[in-house]
Amino acid sequence: MRDLPRLALLSVLGLLMLAPYIWMLSASLKPTDEIFRANLALIPERWAAIENYGRVFAQVPVARYLMNGVIVCGGILFFQLLFAIPAGYALAKLRFAGKEWIFGAVMFGLLVPPHVQALPLYVGLSSLGMLNTYTALILPSTISVFAIFLFRQFFRSLPDDLIHAARLDGMGEGAIVWRVALPNAWPAATAFAIFSVVAHWNDLFWPLIAVTGHEHATPALGVLHFRTDEAGDDFAALMAASAIMTAPLILAFLFAQRRFVEGIATTGLKG
Amino acid sequence: MPDTGILPHLDLAPVKRRRGEALGAWLLTLPAVISFVILLLLPTLAAIVMAFSDFELGVWPPAWIGLENFTELLGDRGFRQSFANTVIYVGLVAPASVGLGLAFALLIEAGTRGRAFFRAVFFLPVVSLTVAMASAWQYLLHPTIGPLNTLLRSLGVAGPAWLSSSDTVLISLAAIGVWENAGFNMVLFMAGLTAIPRELREAAAVDGARSAWSRFRLVTWPLLGPTTLFVVTITLIRSIRVFDTVAVLTRGGPNRASETLLYTMYTEGFTFLRLGYSAAITLVFLAIVLVLMLLQTRVLDKRVHYG
Repeated sequence: MRDLPRLALLSVLGLLMLAPYIWMLSASLKPTDEIFRANLALIPERWAAIENYGRVFAQVPVARYLMNGVIVCGGILFFQLLFAIPAGYALAKLRFAGKEWIFGAVMFGLLVPPHVQALPLYVGLSSLGMLNTYTALILPSTISVFAIFLFRQFFRSLPDDLIHAARLDGMGEGAIVWRVALPNAWPAATAFAIFSVVAHWNDLFWPLIAVTGHEHATPALGVLHFRTDEAGDDFAALMAASAIMTAPLILAFLFAQRRFVEGIATTGLKG
Repeated sequence: MPDTGILPHLDLAPVKRRRGEALGAWLLTLPAVISFVILLLLPTLAAIVMAFSDFELGVWPPAWIGLENFTELLGDRGFRQSFANTVIYVGLVAPASVGLGLAFALLIEAGTRGRAFFRAVFFLPVVSLTVAMASAWQYLLHPTIGPLNTLLRSLGVAGPAWLSSSDTVLISLAAIGVWENAGFNMVLFMAGLTAIPRELREAAAVDGARSAWSRFRLVTWPLLGPTTLFVVTITLIRSIRVFDTVAVLTRGGPNRASETLLYTMYTEGFTFLRLGYSAAITLVFLAIVLVLMLLQTRVLDKRVHYG
């Protein structure tokens, strides 16, 4: 049992890391007066799960927030892949004038954090009357130089023979991208998809700028609205709302743990 | 083309193919190029130009005012406080989350049991909705009903008002930042650790490095150097962006005690609509990020040539 001290230490650290989740769930099950009595019992004396979660579902368009999150993350990912995969392929496998310029642009884009473009994008979208739309939420993130970089790296290891064979079969470059290159790039595509969805599902900065009101609010904005509008000191309902909004990504993570960790680790350089 | 002195071969297929390849490449990159120019390049340039103007929303046309925004920043006590807060926050979060990430990684890698389980537990905060978990932290740290202060009270200690007292607010936000970032760093360290051959540590053990600590100091730590540097810069850049927890929990308060660069940029730009001034803050933020990245490549280059 040489492993015992290690496991004990890991368990203590693990409990510390899990503390916010444990207390969030515990408070979401307790009636408000019990929370205000401030005892350290995790199990409620009187179960109030149904009334707390019911209050959230009654006061908050939970389904709408979650659906907005899916629409926004899905839209962003779709365009990111649509733009980045062909560009990554061209940069990795084709010879053309201007290639160095495009690669330089990719490196430039990697250096600039997305917050820098926020002000001009806000002005532009507002003068086009496009704030408070899904477009405003999706459009600024449709280009991911990081995705271009990632796919370029990945496609470089694709055997040239595979591409030559496809050309001899009469396939155009466009068909080669989607029917030959992409099927061989699933690891990169999954890693990037996980990275992108986690980043945009959790993002607060841009949605806070681009959208007001509930109609287009993403889950992050939804929690924020609920805090300011309804919850105040209603910690029971606030914890229930937080648990509901956090659950989808955490469940996805628990189901595909390994892919998540690998996805974030390989794409980690973008932060 | 090399002049070979003979008539050009009549087979034009390679030339045609070359031209077709270039055309195809341009068609393939065109959507990315267009969206890059419209959504990334032009807005970045516009932000730089805006920083030298007195642009305010609803006041047209803006005037070119040179460095005035930046001189105003220098004298702005609010901005100086926000800058100092960001430095303190980063100074607390970066070392702690890098150290903790390394500790997690080493502990997990040291044995075979429970690896996937503990990796998942430590990684959980990375995939959790920050806004929601910030609310959980708010309850945890609540001065009267929060479990932390309840625990302290039962030990006979009066806990502070963690998030609403200017003495403790930055430390509390930093603690949340460490909690958020440690698991991310752990994953990066684990990737670095697997790249170190096990035989090296065994050889060191044979050569007399008996304790785990001396094996770590003599083998693992030096070989982990490039990873550590990478993790440190990533953490600096990630933590300098702190926004969510500030926007949700403190709104920069009390009395600007927790205002940070991005939050100040946000309020100046989108609450007070002083876009020029806000753009100037953005440029300060960008400059810091660029310097950090430059430092990283410089040091990394040295490391690579050294090996």
